[in-house]
This record gives sequence, structure tokens and C-alpha cells, in this order.
Amino acid sequence: MAATGAQKSGWGIANLAVIAWALFPVWWLVSLSFKVPANIATDGGSFWPTQWTLENYRGIFKLGEFVHALVNSIGIAVISTVIAVALATMAAYAIARLRFPGKGLLIGMALLIAMFPQISLVSPLFSIERGLHLFNTWPGLIIPYMTFSLPLGIYVLSAFFREIPWDLEKAAKMDGATPAQAFRQVIAPLAMPGIFTTAILIFIFCWNDFLFSISLTSTTASRTVPAELGFFTGLSSFQTPTGAIAAAAVVITVPIIIFVLFFQRRIVAGLTSGAVKG
Amino acid sequence: MAEIVLDGVTKRYPDGALAVQAVDLTIADGEFIILVGPSGCGKSTTLNMIAGLEDITDGELRIGGDVVNNKAPKDRDIAMVFQSYALYPHMTVRENMGFPLKLAKVDKATIRQKVEEAAEVLELTAHLDRKPSNLSGGQRQRVAMGRAIVRSPKAFLMDEPLSNLDAKLRVQMRTQVSRLQRRLGTTTVYVTHDQTEAMTLGDRVVVMRGGIVQQVGTPKELYDTPRNLFVAGFIGSPSMNFLPATVENDALICALGSIPLDDNHRRALQARSGEGPVIVGLRPEHFEDAALIDSSHPGVTFDGTVEVLESMGSDVFAYFTLEGERATTAELEELARDSGSVDAAAVDQLVTRLDPNTGAREGESLSVWFDPANVQIFDPQNGDNLTAASAQVSTGQHAADTTGRTED
Repeated sequence: MAATGAQKSGWGIANLAVIAWALFPVWWLVSLSFKVPANIATDGGSFWPTQWTLENYRGIFKLGEFVHALVNSIGIAVISTVIAVALATMAAYAIARLRFPGKGLLIGMALLIAMFPQISLVSPLFSIERGLHLFNTWPGLIIPYMTFSLPLGIYVLSAFFREIPWDLEKAAKMDGATPAQAFRQVIAPLAMPGIFTTAILIFIFCWNDFLFSISLTSTTASRTVPAELGFFTGLSSFQTPTGAIAAAAVVITVPIIIFVLFFQRRIVAGLTSGAVKG
Repeated sequence: MAEIVLDGVTKRYPDGALAVQAVDLTIADGEFIILVGPSGCGKSTTLNMIAGLEDITDGELRIGGDVVNNKAPKDRDIAMVFQSYALYPHMTVRENMGFPLKLAKVDKATIRQKVEEAAEVLELTAHLDRKPSNLSGGQRQRVAMGRAIVRSPKAFLMDEPLSNLDAKLRVQMRTQVSRLQRRLGTTTVYVTHDQTEAMTLGDRVVVMRGGIVQQVGTPKELYDTPRNLFVAGFIGSPSMNFLPATVENDALICALGSIPLDDNHRRALQARSGEGPVIVGLRPEHFEDAALIDSSHPGVTFDGTVEVLESMGSDVFAYFTLEGERATTAELEELARDSGSVDAAAVDQLVTRLDPNTGAREGESLSVWFDPANVQIFDPQNGDNLTAASAQVSTGQHAADTTGRTED
């Protein structure tokens, strides 16, 4: 049924309202980050900075701690994502394609880990990591991030693999491909949208984490930005660091936006159309 | 190009289910052989075992003299066309067809040349740089064929390659497949559930049921002398009429009346081990409107009321309902299930194929003639065709009689 003009404009207005609702806090953050720190208390109520300044941004980058935390965040999130996606791809492929004993149990366990409240694991993890000398190190964060992102990755990817017709793999075998060639040249290219989707989800999960970062780190050797923000003191001890926190928040949002925009082009639905009948 | 030999090839699944049971088959070099049967008869499993996509539980498979039981598909040098076509959606037609050559590390210029030659044969030249999603069903099917022929394999395996096409295109492609195979002269194993495809394409046809080969022979052999009830019912369209009958006073007594025995029938019944009732088989095309038959022709006539009349232009199908019981055996029930006609077969129905000049009218009585020499007699106990067995003994004299006007 074709939508009438009234319906279309109705939907348009509704969409605009939702977008405004979602973007308002973001704008508020951006606006705060460009306000003069000294004026935030008095100027804070206005939507628009009365006086534009980059002072907050200059301030946070002058702080060694923030730059350290940013490097930690990028490093830890990227490494966790790469390893988790690689493992999830293999596990999901096995789950989607092979019949092996304990498959149901494996899927159940993965789901269980995904549902487990993370806060309940913080104390034991703290003790374990101290015992293993992983506390306050990059691996000390990468390992729990992988543990909690793998189930998600396996779920998303196995759904994608299931969509790929098995005949394609048989055809590749008949065409003379080894199992590795069949996977690399036929299956993996078709699973790419799924792999990128999973990578984005896992990266965002690692990037946004506050709980593990605040609990399992003690210095800027491994503390990530979300945790580091809590330790901001401002440029002098007499200032509330509102502007600095806003600027830091904007800075850590930018990589996520770039990441999503970059990979979004790869997430093309219906890539497998035309493979089989229909 | 090579000979393919199946020597007692068996497939047993881990749960004990027997999918294919001791298949012995020698496929000559360049032969076009069809595996046909209802779904679940093991024909696709057999094909997958030849391909190497399924393990062989027992027996030996030889391609071109080499035992290949434990060779991976890629080392067997055979190409396969799938029912779903299985084209790689992220590659163009050119890349799809060149993929086997690329894997075989053939140089780019040769790949280009071979792909273009194959595209020429299959009329795909204009579509070489398109993706499969932009092609029609028939074009996709041809790309799948192209991918198989570019590397000149020892054999082609085809798993119901035409069943996803609409009826008209299927007939067209059937001719094309046949022409292609003749031109290339490559050994081909073709799986189908469609007996028309089996009859028209194959040099020889293998009829399978429940994992067991029922009969191997040329289409004409299968049609004229089916070895048992299953083959008789499966080959031919519409299928053979089966009627229960008893032998009394040198005649077969069935719903069509009394059919006098000829020498061939007598031999067949004497050679039979058991006693009791038999099943009589008569193909629809062996009937004719009695009014159109010269009275000098010997034969049996019976009268019946035409229930339904279907005119095909070239032929007329007249359906009669017969009194008496229906012939039932496990084979016939499986055939009925496969064709989805369980309900339709609840009454005993006789199908006859008559000359278009017949004066038959729906709801009116018609006198129908048939030649008793065309009657085939089956043993209801094991389904064996008694007449076929004795016909082979008597140098196929009966087989020659039964052909009539069926070869159209």
C-alpha cells in the first residue's frame, strides 16, 4: 500500500523528533566542551557557548594521563577486537557447519557467559589477576574483554554462516579447492558483512567498558579513557573539570564514529543473493 | 574422460541407516548415465560418493582405473553441477567459470581463452562481467554448466540440474545438455527424479529404490521389459495400469475380463515358483478405441464408461473406474506416495491413451481394445516381472511386439 502524503510527513516529523531526542545530549556535550572553563558555572545553562574556546581540548592533551589513557583504550580495544573476531569466526563456522558432540553444551555455555552479571566477577577477577601478575596490565583487560565479547561474536557470526548455502562450499571443493581455499576464497568473502558487524559490536563493547577498567587497573599503565575520566581533577584544584570531561568525552566518541562510518559501507545486506535458485 | 566403476559401493550412516546398498555399476567412457528414482532412493548419495562429498562405507570406486575411495574431491578431477547451481555470488560470471582453473594455477591468458570458449558455447558471452544475482534462472544454470566444462574434467556429475527451471525452459535446457554432452563426449552421471528426463537424456538409466539398484538398461529396455513392478510403474507416463488377476483355464481373469494366455505368458507362469493370484500390467498406450481397430486384429475388448476424457491434441486419455479390488504391493504403494496420488488410487482406475480420432465421450460407454501380447504379468509376492524373465529366455520376441506406437 502506497503511503499518502500525510502519512509520509507524519513519519518524517516522528523521525525528526526521535533524532533530536537522541542527539540532544550529544550536542550538549559538544557545546560544553567549547565553553570557557571559568564561565561554565554561569554560562552553563545556555545551548550555545557565548565564547568559543579550544582551551578544554588543549588542557586535556597537555595532561599526560589522558594521552596515556587514549593510547591504552585504542590499543586494548583493537587487540581485543582482532583476537575475538578471529576466534569467533572459527568457532561460529564450526557451530554452523559441523556436527560434533557437545555442540549444544558449547552454545549454552556461551549464552551463559553472555548473560552473567559482570559485576559479580569483578572481585574474583581482581584476586586472580593479582595472583597471576596480570593486574594493571594490557592483557589483564584484553582477556576479560575477549571472554565477554566472544559469545556475542559467536552468536552474530554463526547466524551469518548459517545463511551461506552449503552447496557453495561443496562446489568449491569440486572445483578443486582445499578446505582452507574454500574458506578463504568463497566462505569468508561472503561472511564479510557479518565479520564487520561483529567487529564493530565488539570494538564498541571494549571501548565503552568502565567496570573492568576501573577495577582491574591502578595506574595509567593500562587505565582506559572511560575510567580515566573519573580521575580528572581539572586544570587547577579549584576548578570543577566539567569542560575537560566534556572535551574528553567528545574525543573518545570520535573514533567510534569513524570506525562505524568506515565499516558501514562493508555491511551490505543480501550479498549472497544470486548464489542459489530464486 | 574416463570409465567409472562402482564395485559393491555401500553407504551406511553412523546411526545404522543404509542409504545405498552394494551398487555394482560400470559407466563406460563417454557414456551418459541417469540415476533415477523417488526421493530418498539413494541416487543423490550415490552421486555424492562418486564426487567425494560423502565417504564410501564399503566397496570400491574406480575412476579411469584408479581407486579413488579415499581421494578428496579436488584430486578426482570431476566436475559437478548442483541443483541450486551454487554460483559464487561475489564473483562475476567470468570469475565463476574461471575459478576451477584459477585453483589449478592455470595462467591468466589460458583461463581467459577457455572461459570465453565455454561462454561462446553456452551463449553467455554478453553476460561475462555480470554477477549471478543479475542473471535469470536459465542463465545461472548455464553458468553452472560452464564452470563444469571449462576445465575438461574426467567426468560430469549433475544433481537434478534442471529441476529449478520452469517447465518450458527445462525442455529447452534438456536438449542443450544432451547436445553438449554428445559434443564433449565426457562421461556424465546425471541424477533426476523425473522419468521423462531419464528416458530422453540417458544412454542407460539406473532405476533405484530404497538404496538398491532395481534395473540398469537403455530407456527402451526399461520401458519394454521392466524387471519388476517398481520399474514398470516408475517408467512411463502416465504409468502402467496394474490389475489383480487369477489364472484359470488357460486365461487371466481380471477386471477387464478374460485374457487368453499366449506362449510367452504360459512359459512365464510355468517358470514361476509360487501359486495364487498375479498382477497384470498394461500400459495406457497399449489400449485403443475398438471402433478404430480393424476387426482382423486379434485382441481382447472390454466395455466401460468413460469417466474423464483428457484431450492432449495428439492423444486422448480416457479414464475408467474398474470394479473389483485394487492391486496393492509395497512397491505400488511407494510409487503412489511418490507421485502424491495416494487418494486418487483409492479406487481402481484404468488409464488408456487413445487415438485422437476416437469417438469417446465423457459419461458414455466405450468399447476398448488391447492386444494380450502386451500384457505383462507380475508376481505380487516379490514384484518380479514374470514375462520379462521369460522374454529374455525366448530371445526378446515379446519385447519386439510390445513397442507398438510408443516410440513417438
